[in-house]
Amino acid sequence: MPTAYLPLLVLQALAVGFTALILAVSFLLGPRRPESHRMVPYESGIRPVQDARRRFPVKFTLVAMLFIVFDVEAVFFYPWAVTYRQLKLFGLIEMLIFVAILLVGYVYIWKRGALEWE
Amino acid sequence: MDWLIIAAIKSGFVIVILLTGFAYGTLLERKLLGRLQVRYGPNRVGPFGLLQPVADGLKLLGKEDTAPAGADRVVFTLAPMISTACALSAFAVIPIGGTIDLLGRRIDLVVADVNIGILYVLGVTSLGIYGIVLAGWSSNNKYALLGGVRSSAQMLSYELALGMSLIGVLLIAGTLQLPKIVEAQATVPFILLQPLGFIVFLIAATAEVNRSPFDLPEAENELVAGYHVEYSGMKFALFQMAEYVNLIVVSSLATTLFLGGWYGPFGLLPGPHWFFLKVFLLICFFVWLRATTPRLRYDQLMRFGWKVLLPLALANVLLTAVGVLVLQG
Repeated sequence: MPTAYLPLLVLQALAVGFTALILAVSFLLGPRRPESHRMVPYESGIRPVQDARRRFPVKFTLVAMLFIVFDVEAVFFYPWAVTYRQLKLFGLIEMLIFVAILLVGYVYIWKRGALEWE
Repeated sequence: MDWLIIAAIKSGFVIVILLTGFAYGTLLERKLLGRLQVRYGPNRVGPFGLLQPVADGLKLLGKEDTAPAGADRVVFTLAPMISTACALSAFAVIPIGGTIDLLGRRIDLVVADVNIGILYVLGVTSLGIYGIVLAGWSSNNKYALLGGVRSSAQMLSYELALGMSLIGVLLIAGTLQLPKIVEAQATVPFILLQPLGFIVFLIAATAEVNRSPFDLPEAENELVAGYHVEYSGMKFALFQMAEYVNLIVVSSLATTLFLGGWYGPFGLLPGPHWFFLKVFLLICFFVWLRATTPRLRYDQLMRFGWKVLLPLALANVLLTAVGVLVLQG
């Protein structure tokens, strides 16, 4: 059992417990006077039309996809960086090849305009 | 059971530090912003306004806890909890000092000295994005939804540059363990070896914690208040808490990775003093930045993150790799 990790759970449990506690206290102390006009979603004083959860620009999905591609590639940098002193020149050349492949994709999405935001 | 008691004491201590930091962070920000705009800032509650955070907290505690019609109640309550709990947990691996002898034991001044320290901080702070997205989605408010989606896209984009900017430090230190990274800076802080990495880190971190000039998620003149429009009372306070605690975590991370952590010049003062002084100065810097810079437009923000910051971070990695190899011989 990797005991070094267990204290993380202790802090996480305390953090969750604290947030739950403070919400519970405010739930008990706060007044409750529900009133239908106040429960309308706030849109600068104008009565909302339609449900808020509608379609939003597909651009955001594209950002999410690009993030996954690049983040997975960034993850490979971490073990490489930690062991770099043992890998020496071999590690550098390997990483240059990796970065070159990564740059091809990067230039491609740049040229295709995926990074533009109109 | 021994480790459990020690871990519980340390964790309680960390939470108290972060909450005090949050309370007085808000006061510091309002005071400094006031001075920078040639006014006084809060000065009515207690001497120099020192009791202002207490008054704010008590007021919010007694406020009605509203949720808009059509909101997803469960998610609406969970979202601020996720944000705050993630922000508080992220501090677990950050060392505020070396080891001290207390009651005949050697105590590390870090909650958990794990060997994947940096990955843990990055992972847990990323989980905090869920809080913001879910808050925007569950509110049943168009502004909130837009703010939440914008915020997630911004944080994802800048997280890439943030993650890349740290790799230079890892190349030099050769470990992910934060106390060891600090020990590697006993003589030279990494900011001198990694100036470009530090600048990229600082900019990306500003965007990660949604601070001005990257505070688009809560751009009040276009989105009212972004993802937390519909929040009131203690739930609203939890989002504020998450924001300030994240600011403290990011400042602590910058201190640990680039500014030499608990080491100070000439061996003056014990370690934690230096750590907190550096974090305090960084927070002052963030407030100064907010008072000075105008907010970016969204297209400028995304373009800057993907087309400037990411290539810069990558260039820094390669330069550092070559440098380490040459110096190592």
